[in-house]
Amino acid sequence: MSTSEASRQQPQTPARPAAAAIEAVVPPASAVGDPPPVAAARRGGGGGGVGGVETIKPLHQRRRLQVPRPVRRSIGPVAALLLWWLLSATGVLSAATLASPVEVFRQGWDLTADGKLGSAIWVSTQRVLEGFAIGAVAGTALAVVAGLFRLGEDVVDSTMGMLRALPWVGLIPLFIIWFGIGETPKVALVVIAVTFPLYFNIYAGIRGVDAQLVEAGTVLGLGRWGQIRHIVLPGALPGALVGLRYALGSAWLALVFAEQINATNGIGYLMNNAEQFFETDVIVVCLLVYAVLGLVTDLLVRLCTTYLLSWRATFDGA
Amino acid sequence: MTTTAQTTAVRVRGLVRAFAGNRVIDGLDLDIRPGEFVALLGHSGCGKSTLLRILAGLDRDIEGEVTVPRRRAVAFQAPRLLPWKRVWRNVVLGLPGRADRALAERYLGEVGLSQRAAVWPKTLSGGEAQRVSLARALVREPDLLLLDEPFGALDALTRAKAQRLVGELWARHNCGVLLVTHDVEEAVLLADRVLVMRDGGIAHQAVVDLPRPRDLGSSEFVALRTALLGRLGVGEPQPARS
Repeated sequence: MSTSEASRQQPQTPARPAAAAIEAVVPPASAVGDPPPVAAARRGGGGGGVGGVETIKPLHQRRRLQVPRPVRRSIGPVAALLLWWLLSATGVLSAATLASPVEVFRQGWDLTADGKLGSAIWVSTQRVLEGFAIGAVAGTALAVVAGLFRLGEDVVDSTMGMLRALPWVGLIPLFIIWFGIGETPKVALVVIAVTFPLYFNIYAGIRGVDAQLVEAGTVLGLGRWGQIRHIVLPGALPGALVGLRYALGSAWLALVFAEQINATNGIGYLMNNAEQFFETDVIVVCLLVYAVLGLVTDLLVRLCTTYLLSWRATFDGA
Repeated sequence: MTTTAQTTAVRVRGLVRAFAGNRVIDGLDLDIRPGEFVALLGHSGCGKSTLLRILAGLDRDIEGEVTVPRRRAVAFQAPRLLPWKRVWRNVVLGLPGRADRALAERYLGEVGLSQRAAVWPKTLSGGEAQRVSLARALVREPDLLLLDEPFGALDALTRAKAQRLVGELWARHNCGVLLVTHDVEEAVLLADRVLVMRDGGIAHQAVVDLPRPRDLGSSEFVALRTALLGRLGVGEPQPARS
């Protein structure tokens, strides 16, 4: 910056004839209207090669076909469904391997009609909510302690790093020994699945807050709590929401595993039951329910994200 | 402290700030009277921003005596607005009590931005964001306003407007100002006194007693600017110093 400053000033340093010095830099008057010689030469020599001209088309002309976004997004899933139906209808897929989508739909309808599916979804959702609530509190609290305080970081972060390396699905036998086969091991597994992604993302979010903003806060007279409330926590929000998305995703995943443990209700129980009678249609219904529940929670988080992060000036896709 | 505050806004004696044994500021003395506009010139890395940070209270790893008003405000080179707070909330952030929108809008009005009070900072242009940062400094009614190259990142036209604005705001609020800059013209345009920092101390000072508003083309202005450029070693060829 200082060099450009100097060069800007330099021609004006002679005390009075500064105006004359500037005058000398301007090319002869006739040249002003014409294109500069370099550009003219390039235009003449380029032809149709690399150096040719390009017309920048307005955006609305380039996008000829305007397919609504929801339609575009559903093309893939609908195609997959069609393929599945075709394979079943032509007999390539036998019902013992995988029931046809029609069968699955009928089974889903029946299960819904007699209330079995509804109550199973409710039981499973409760497990996820319970586990998520506990895990969210634990993960957030640990992240805030480790993120805000050097001492907290030293104590918490290495421990979390170590525990994360444990395969949590492998904890199921241990959980059964500790907690029995009731609700507790199932919820505990969800807790574990939620705590870690939330912890790591919120912690990284807190540590990713711009130190310049924290400094500005100091100058503005914010105390420690004010800094945390107005600068550090809002700054960690983008990270926290990424963590939330991960956490809810793995919460449902953990539930699938958890409900394999001697469940007497819930979606996992329905599935286990179906397995014993080779009811592939019921299994597929349950899998679809898991998928839909995962999608719905993901959608909720994305809506939250759009609302909460409307202040962000970031790239949101071309 | 109260007695010194009457005669001087800033009093610095024998200030030393070393980074890993390298004394960036070495035995510096500085006085700023209440309401005085002082510009601090120097090459990048000469320690002028360090001095500003010390006066702001951001850097306390120092030796020597530093007295500054309790009410002081800083505008940095980058506006440093919180992107997640609306413009008016940024302005009154850190003030005691409830966030007062009317107060924020009054000061935003002073920088010509009362219409933009409710927008997110991301929608502001560079010059607008810098003006919000000025409003945020002024809303504290500081006795000392510290400006750390606040126009450095602006284009020439926007900078000229912002400079005039700062001159007007200073005249109205009558606070002491320390403007850190490396733009000699800006320093002569705005300041009562221009200091040149070199080798960790104030190497030179020039009192600017030209009438305001100042004419960039007047011979006194040009002469003063030339002299200061010489002091910075970028003017006319200088005889080698030992």
